[in-house]
Amino acid sequence: MTDGGNDLPEPVARAPGETALPSLAGLRIPEPQARPGAAPDFSGLVLPHAGAARRPAVDDHPGLFRELAYDLIRVLDEEGTAVGPWTPALDAATLTGALTHMLMTRAYDNRMYRAQRAGKTSFYLKSTGEEAVSVGAALALETADMCFPTYRQQGLLISRGYPLVDMMCQIYSNARDPLKGRQMPVMYSSREHGFFSISGNLGTQFSQAVGWAMACAYKRENHIAAAWIGDGATAEGDFHYALTMAAVYHAPVILNIVNNQWAISSFQGIAGGLETTFAARGIGVGLPALRVDGNDLLAVYAATAWAAERARRNLGGTLIEMVTYRREGHSTSDDPSRYRPVDEPDVWPLGDPIERLKRHLVRLGVWDDARHAAAVATAEVYVKQASGQAESFGTLGSDQRPSVSSMFDDVYAEMPWHLRKQRQDLGI
Amino acid sequence: MTTMNMVKALNSALDVMMERDPNVLTFGEDVGYFGGVFRVTEGLQARYGRERCFDTPIAEGGIVAAAIGMGAHGLRPVVEIQFADYIYPAFDQIVSEAARLRYRSAGQFNAPITIRSPYGGGIFGGQVHSQSPEGLFTHVAGLKTVVPSNPYDAKGLLISAIEDDDPVIFLEPKRLYNGPFDGHHDRAVRAWAGRAEAEVPDGYYRVPLGKAAIVRAGEAVTVLAYGTMVHVAMAAAEEAQIDAEIIDLRTLIPLDIETIEASVRRTGRCVIVHEATRTSGFGAELIALVQEHCFYHLEAPIERVTGWDTPYPHAFEWEYFPGPARVIQALRRVMGDAT
Ligand SMILES: Cc1ncc(C[n+]2csc(CCOP(=O)(O)OP(=O)(O)O)c2C)c(N)n1
Ligand SMILES: [Mg+2]
Repeated sequence: MTDGGNDLPEPVARAPGETALPSLAGLRIPEPQARPGAAPDFSGLVLPHAGAARRPAVDDHPGLFRELAYDLIRVLDEEGTAVGPWTPALDAATLTGALTHMLMTRAYDNRMYRAQRAGKTSFYLKSTGEEAVSVGAALALETADMCFPTYRQQGLLISRGYPLVDMMCQIYSNARDPLKGRQMPVMYSSREHGFFSISGNLGTQFSQAVGWAMACAYKRENHIAAAWIGDGATAEGDFHYALTMAAVYHAPVILNIVNNQWAISSFQGIAGGLETTFAARGIGVGLPALRVDGNDLLAVYAATAWAAERARRNLGGTLIEMVTYRREGHSTSDDPSRYRPVDEPDVWPLGDPIERLKRHLVRLGVWDDARHAAAVATAEVYVKQASGQAESFGTLGSDQRPSVSSMFDDVYAEMPWHLRKQRQDLGI
Repeated sequence: MTTMNMVKALNSALDVMMERDPNVLTFGEDVGYFGGVFRVTEGLQARYGRERCFDTPIAEGGIVAAAIGMGAHGLRPVVEIQFADYIYPAFDQIVSEAARLRYRSAGQFNAPITIRSPYGGGIFGGQVHSQSPEGLFTHVAGLKTVVPSNPYDAKGLLISAIEDDDPVIFLEPKRLYNGPFDGHHDRAVRAWAGRAEAEVPDGYYRVPLGKAAIVRAGEAVTVLAYGTMVHVAMAAAEEAQIDAEIIDLRTLIPLDIETIEASVRRTGRCVIVHEATRTSGFGAELIALVQEHCFYHLEAPIERVTGWDTPYPHAFEWEYFPGPARVIQALRRVMGDAT
């Protein structure tokens, strides 16, 4: 300030009416292409040919391949042939193994969904149509790499050999529930299987994964971390924290966005998917960003393996958008016919991940319809047997459940007096 | 008058206010086309257009921040946080911003916003669909906190909240949406229809903020409750045949201290019931206030019945939920020899 401010110029003000500013036109609210009753329409989804996307070297500067954030990395073509530079070197046994894990995940989902409908538990949530996202990633990661999943990556646990009976006991909150009846169904946790405890609060795991990866780097380990988040949840602050922190510290982390087109009743445009791709979020912070056909197990595997190698070679994290489709309702509490055309899943252009891998294996000459039918039946029998066993340990509401007094354990490492008192007050 | 459950009553409040005031708009996750996961905004987008009732990105901090900006610029946004358990990403915007905007700008700006959110247990929602976070908000200067317990109040209180010039946290007991629930989970589910509180005027009316309701008159002991616990306390008093006076607080901040004080001075005894965790819960504030205002009239220590100081455990819904049995025990303890 000068003396009295007298020598300051006069504030500039536009005289009223001098120039007519146009009035604003109101709020734009995005709408999906089709609502119930209309014909589903995915014409907005541009589908590049399989094999067309280039594969940069893992040590290329991310600025050199920004187009991969807008492209779509695809390996399997319409006929089921693997084409292009992203084609991974996986032998037939590994591929049939992956197919089996996808079939098991689907059979498991179907069975547990029915168990919820039959009143054996309070809630269930399927991953139908998205199995390749978790099974493909599990194949490319080491078991010691920690996964920070959402509630829709049950395929990781199944791929990693976590016992189905244990998963089911969690669903039933029964006497053998590894989480002692504390969590809602599907909110698994298994440190031993590299599966971080699922929170339920969307997005929180994404930035925690970066911290885990930072600890890996700090401890000079040879393990990395991987995280998953839904298209909808990318709007949360935690998503953005994760990107910035991963970029700044070159954290060895793989950050996956599972774009299954829907977040309960909101289409991906409400999360900003009409403006640009989700993968493109990485460009602004300088992270390498890949957009991948999430229903193509080979592409999921190849992109994950690329990002894992990059992380293990101290080159930092990668953001990957897995483009897929949520075929069913959000959960047992949802009815998708209220907000999207019922036949929308049938016209989803990227098809079904199981069918696509099957076609590839048939083409390789290592698989056929009979073997496929047998594998489906085997998965169903396996799941059925596991569920019989799990139910023998109780279902929700039965007497077989964790001990009530355990409800006060693990709030703290050591129980403070007031919790001890409350446990007494409960009379146990 | 129309018979309404709590969902319909809340919907009607929004409808009435959107009709009356073009500055009222409502938004949140799944709120637009779908009408909200609990259906509270059903039909509003069709009626008032996408610009006045719409879906938001899953960004609670962004939702509340946008509401503050709109509110400061003259609109009256009513936002829905899908579950109270998911309000925490918005905590900074609520606590540091909405609550203090009027104060720090010496009244130049204010945040006339309403933040609706379903809260509470009884639905096997586990630790992230069952919480009762009211105490986190009553602790913050500048916020009002409202908890209705029936359809009539829900509508009248929501209208008052929308018209209020300060930020209001409006917590809806989700277990009461479709019917009164008294904690007897093993009995048949009851509906609102047939009860006086479910007869709701179709048009505009207010239930004022800051006024409690005596829902059961009595002489032996005063019970302070809100939300679902009002019904639990009613059941407990009937079953124990104790002549309890039950006060439904309806608004926690500002609190109707006159009604509480007059009652406790008369009965000389007080039991406080809430579902939220015990330590530093709103019950602690109530105990302090009753002690300050009624100490020389008290004939027994004040009791509180609350949720335990643990996260809400999925398998132990009914061990956690403070049901009628626990309220009866507390009533008997404060009555001592008097029963
Ligand atoms: C912080 C937070 N806000 C809201 C919710 C409620 N919610 C649960 S799932 C969901 C939709 C998530 O969609 P998306 O991220 O796309 O994952 P998807 O379910 O499609 O796998 C919402 C809004 C929540 N769990 N956590
Ligand atoms: Mg989604």
